Amino acid sequence: MPYTSNKPQQPPSSAELRARVPGWGVDLDPADRPSVPRERFDPAQTGAHWDLPDQQAENWPRERSIEHQRLTPVFGTSTPPKGLSGAMRKYAYRRFSEARAAHWLILIAADRVDATGSHLRSFLTLHPDNPITETGVLSEFTHNPVSSRVKKGRADLHHNWMDPIIVGGPWILAGSIVLWFGTRTVARLRRH
Amino acid sequence: MQAMVYRGPYKVRVEEKHRPRIEHPNDAIVRVTIAAICGSDLHLYHGMMPDTRVGMTFGHEFIGVVEEIGSSVQNLKRGDRVMVPFNIYCGSCYFCSRGLYSNCHNVNPNATAVGGIYGYSHTSGGYDGGQSEYVRVPFADVGPTIIPAWMDQDDALMLTDALPTGYFGAQLGDIVEGDTVVVFGAGPVGLFAAKSSWLMGAGRVIVIDHLEYRLAKARSFAQAETFNFTEYADIVVEMKKTTGFLGADVVIDAVGAEADGNLLQHVTAAKLKLQGGSPIALNWAIDSVRKGGTVSVIGAYGPLFSAVKFGDAMNKGLTLRMNQCPVKRQWPRLFEHIQNGYLKPSDIVTHRIPLEHIAEGYHIFSAKLDDCIKPVIEVSAA
Repeated sequence: MPYTSNKPQQPPSSAELRARVPGWGVDLDPADRPSVPRERFDPAQTGAHWDLPDQQAENWPRERSIEHQRLTPVFGTSTPPKGLSGAMRKYAYRRFSEARAAHWLILIAADRVDATGSHLRSFLTLHPDNPITETGVLSEFTHNPVSSRVKKGRADLHHNWMDPIIVGGPWILAGSIVLWFGTRTVARLRRH
Repeated sequence: MQAMVYRGPYKVRVEEKHRPRIEHPNDAIVRVTIAAICGSDLHLYHGMMPDTRVGMTFGHEFIGVVEEIGSSVQNLKRGDRVMVPFNIYCGSCYFCSRGLYSNCHNVNPNATAVGGIYGYSHTSGGYDGGQSEYVRVPFADVGPTIIPAWMDQDDALMLTDALPTGYFGAQLGDIVEGDTVVVFGAGPVGLFAAKSSWLMGAGRVIVIDHLEYRLAKARSFAQAETFNFTEYADIVVEMKKTTGFLGADVVIDAVGAEADGNLLQHVTAAKLKLQGGSPIALNWAIDSVRKGGTVSVIGAYGPLFSAVKFGDAMNKGLTLRMNQCPVKRQWPRLFEHIQNGYLKPSDIVTHRIPLEHIAEGYHIFSAKLDDCIKPVIEVSAA
């Protein structure tokens, strides 16, 4: 009981644990663990042969956190910002520090604008988005969908029903609006 | 080249992309042989990580063969088989020179709060990842290591993130002999954290999850006691009961942003994106650990705020320790443990999926179909 000075339960003996678990206690000494101490000054250890790395070429104005004094010597060049989502991203980086919720909320909003715009643009290409293949839902036919879920007590089943709504909901809504406008327009034209 | 690309929440496909090129004198281009999908890739896949752009290639767990090197690369040559830590880091900044490789200041212009990670949104630097035939590897003299001849390929792959992160999580717990360690999450990282806790002398290791097949793996792979939180009215009370009402000495959160167990928390975070993550496991950790104990956080959370119970943490006098794992710092010791037979990380691999079917791989892993624990992506350029 913790209401006295003794620990309520005593663990099995070291010999018992060593016999039961391969490698038990090989890292027993806290001082002899790879990340101890947390900070250990040893720049020669890393393989770096520079004090400051060469600067990578900046082929477009690279968006960066205003908490940085300068552009970092190396950076990723995947998917440069473009269009409305790109403008939102550049604004979030230029205007707000990482400490501001606005910074992250604008970036999340830009992600949604990017996804919607990319879906729409894909329909003008020879490789349009295909929600059947891209969601991987075909694996439901081959990877035990029923036995993976039924009588398993899985906590995630309480909310997994929302996923198709999150994925397909905006498209159903947009389709319904287009259909509604289309029907109204046709009806008006017929009246005239 | 063929590469996985993100097309928006819950959607990915394989596309033809330009092969990456050398952009810095210390870059290498690596031809990927195998990659893996990490549980934290699912946060991107579900649209939770800010600045995840359509067209980006994910993948921070991969191994491959050096195809091309930049003019200043000294330690690698074309044809070397390499394992690449998920951290991108320079090796020379204030943080790297002190061993904090995951906190490098020279590789991520988008954020100062996190270093560089392959294929992990622009918040982690905007680098394409390794679920692809080729990948750009910055600082080739610092991050990658030649895979030892004796090492199994899948073991090498698990060493790029999941195993070192689990092992690091146990270290963050400052485990001393005889400690009771509770691990929330029986995914790959949680399984490795549980296994590593024994190496550091734990007297008792308990793993908690809601997926029975993963708990079975925790029993067989990590010799752990297990609790399925859906079977109890309150898992925190259960943890108090099983520790004689003291609480665990160390609790490890190996779940992160999409934790289940509280519908409101999960929906506001994972579905509505109003929190950086669903801190259910973290709050259970704070409440399950004993006063004066340590909570280790290796589950990944987004940069937005989350509703964490700091009041309890303060009143209990807890030590909260956390970081992304500095992978390469763990490797020499983990190589030894694998050679000595104490760890066999590839035992957790359950699925092998060709790159062209990666959308199915993401769905199987995300929907937890077919007892999936760790999917490996076979890349066709291998």
